[in-house]
Amino acid sequence: MKEEIAHIQKERKKWDIQVQDSLQRKSERNRKFTTLSDIPLCRLYTPLDTQDMDYLTDLGFPGTEPYTRGIHPTMYRARLWTMRQFAGFGTAEETNQRYKYLLSHGETGLSVAFDYPTLYGYDTDHPLAKGEFGKCGVAISSLQDMEILMDGIPLDQITTSMTINGPAAILWAMYIATAEKQGIPKDQIGGTIQNDILKEYIAQKSFIFPPTPSMRLIIDTFEYGFKHVPQWNTISISGYHIREAGSTAVQELAFTLADGLAYVRAAMDRGLAIDDFAYRLSFFFNSHNDFFEEIAKFRAARRIWAREMKKLGAQKSRSLWMRFHTQTAGCTLTAQQPENNIVRVALQGLAAVLGGTQSLHTNSMDEALALPSKKAVRIALRTQQIIAEETGVTHTIDPLGGSYYLEWLTNQMEEETYRYFEKIETLGGVIPAIEKGFFQKEIAKSAYLYQKEIDAKQRIVIGVNEHALDEPPAIPLLKIDAKGEKRHLARLTKLRETRHKDKTDKTLVSLQRAAKGNENLMPYILASVHAYATLGEICDVLRNVFGEYKEPIIY
Amino acid sequence: MTKKNIRVLVAKPGLDGHDRGAKVVSRALRDAGMEVIYTGLHQTPEQIVETALQEDVDVIGLSLLSGAHLTLFQDVMAHLKKRGMEHILVTGGGIIPQEDFDELKKIGITHVFGPGTPINTIVEYIQVSVKK
Repeated sequence: MKEEIAHIQKERKKWDIQVQDSLQRKSERNRKFTTLSDIPLCRLYTPLDTQDMDYLTDLGFPGTEPYTRGIHPTMYRARLWTMRQFAGFGTAEETNQRYKYLLSHGETGLSVAFDYPTLYGYDTDHPLAKGEFGKCGVAISSLQDMEILMDGIPLDQITTSMTINGPAAILWAMYIATAEKQGIPKDQIGGTIQNDILKEYIAQKSFIFPPTPSMRLIIDTFEYGFKHVPQWNTISISGYHIREAGSTAVQELAFTLADGLAYVRAAMDRGLAIDDFAYRLSFFFNSHNDFFEEIAKFRAARRIWAREMKKLGAQKSRSLWMRFHTQTAGCTLTAQQPENNIVRVALQGLAAVLGGTQSLHTNSMDEALALPSKKAVRIALRTQQIIAEETGVTHTIDPLGGSYYLEWLTNQMEEETYRYFEKIETLGGVIPAIEKGFFQKEIAKSAYLYQKEIDAKQRIVIGVNEHALDEPPAIPLLKIDAKGEKRHLARLTKLRETRHKDKTDKTLVSLQRAAKGNENLMPYILASVHAYATLGEICDVLRNVFGEYKEPIIY
Repeated sequence: MTKKNIRVLVAKPGLDGHDRGAKVVSRALRDAGMEVIYTGLHQTPEQIVETALQEDVDVIGLSLLSGAHLTLFQDVMAHLKKRGMEHILVTGGGIIPQEDFDELKKIGITHVFGPGTPINTIVEYIQVSVKK
């Protein structure tokens, strides 16, 4: 081996001379050769760049530690990733129709997008909800809406992911109650709640309560989950929104994993055993434009997670698995020449698959303009189906593994991540770092630089700063039916009049009492939901006890 | 005569949490020599107008990506009118379809900056529109 390296080194020197000759005849293009995270790139990678790696320690086999090459021994040969399109708009009825449409076109899992009032735990008739009904997701104000949303969908056969954070425990309770009303016991339903409050403070900003009670609620769901809803992922630790807010790939990876470890430590501090809950932690990443950097990020994520979980004492192999969902990068979609987005999404989706994702959302071409139209979302789903069935990339596991470049880049991502871990540690951990605005400043800085580079044409965006057309986009956009809000409000008013008010009030009083103590709140929330207390009412009880989070203003 | 800096309020009305654009624009306007006040998230139209009054701004830049622009921008304009502050230049930015541009223009939003707008376009627009 050593001899071979020496030989390659010698030959490499010869090649370098050849390159110099070539450069004298024709110089390289005048541009920055870096990844999107600004990692400088060499002209070529060879065994010299990966000579410090040990195959068995650093890569291993799929389904074996450190899981760099995949968490399952058979990966997509056994089962393709779940094709899960994030969807929701207007009323529960309209969104229910969209789900049935997507399922009829070959989607294999559901993913619920809620509107802003729902994300912040307000009913649609709250003053702050004005103008927001159904605009960027579906409005769910009570169990009744959830029942309509999932009407005719067999919850024991389909898994559902819900992008909900501040009020995650409540929407999850509504889903559990809906399943129970369909006659399906809670240990037979599967799905995911995002429930990742740390990245809300850092990037997505749909928080309600301050960090301490928020963390309590999350650990409550962990505990309730493994005891009663064992097939449910009680958190989806998300880098997606960190990236969308402007971070680099390295920052996305480092901040997400730091958040993940903070949740594990918090659960262990509560006294939960790591192997009881760790197998239900899931992750969610962005797949952006830099093809190889994204693949390297996914592979590094698996390796770092397995190693860190082991350090924290995890013994079961499932506790070491990083299972993740991926969504193509919404922030790369252009409003100009929107059809070009189909191509961007295909490449980003391919990177996610080559990175070994467990589920995938492919964006629709029109999302820089509005919520996706039916046709646009069908093309997005077809893009996944083409990757799965036509490209052949699913036949072999981790097909790019062993590429000198990819392995070198995977190592770089890992190194840079540990550098961030150290910084976060110096600041006292994730929550103190949030309070000091560390993540927010890092992300704002990256976002600003990225924009400046585009403006200076150091980064090219086709159709925007190169090959622009002087014509407005001409694709039909989804319109939200204005009558939906009236129907939804009428239903909400009627619910408040017809439910057993005494019973509802009683559950809310019990919830308040429990919130002031330190019991697990899930049973109380479930009781309130079953008694048709609304989302706003339940959150108001908790807001009164916990207070509300006010973020530091940083730009 | 000393030339006063242009004062801009960058505001996030409603519940929308997408603040990447607002922050990038705030920073760019500041780098271009303007005095920038960023409201932070979750402002009611009333709060935005109150801040604009307190800070004596020349420009309000409203940023919204949730789709609620027609309702919320209209409310901001109504409050400005009520307080006799119609002299303030109001622009919009975010995920706003072209077909809503005319509607917004009618209520007094002089310009809407969509996705992909270079920062300098916004800076120059404000510099030209606010004559100091």
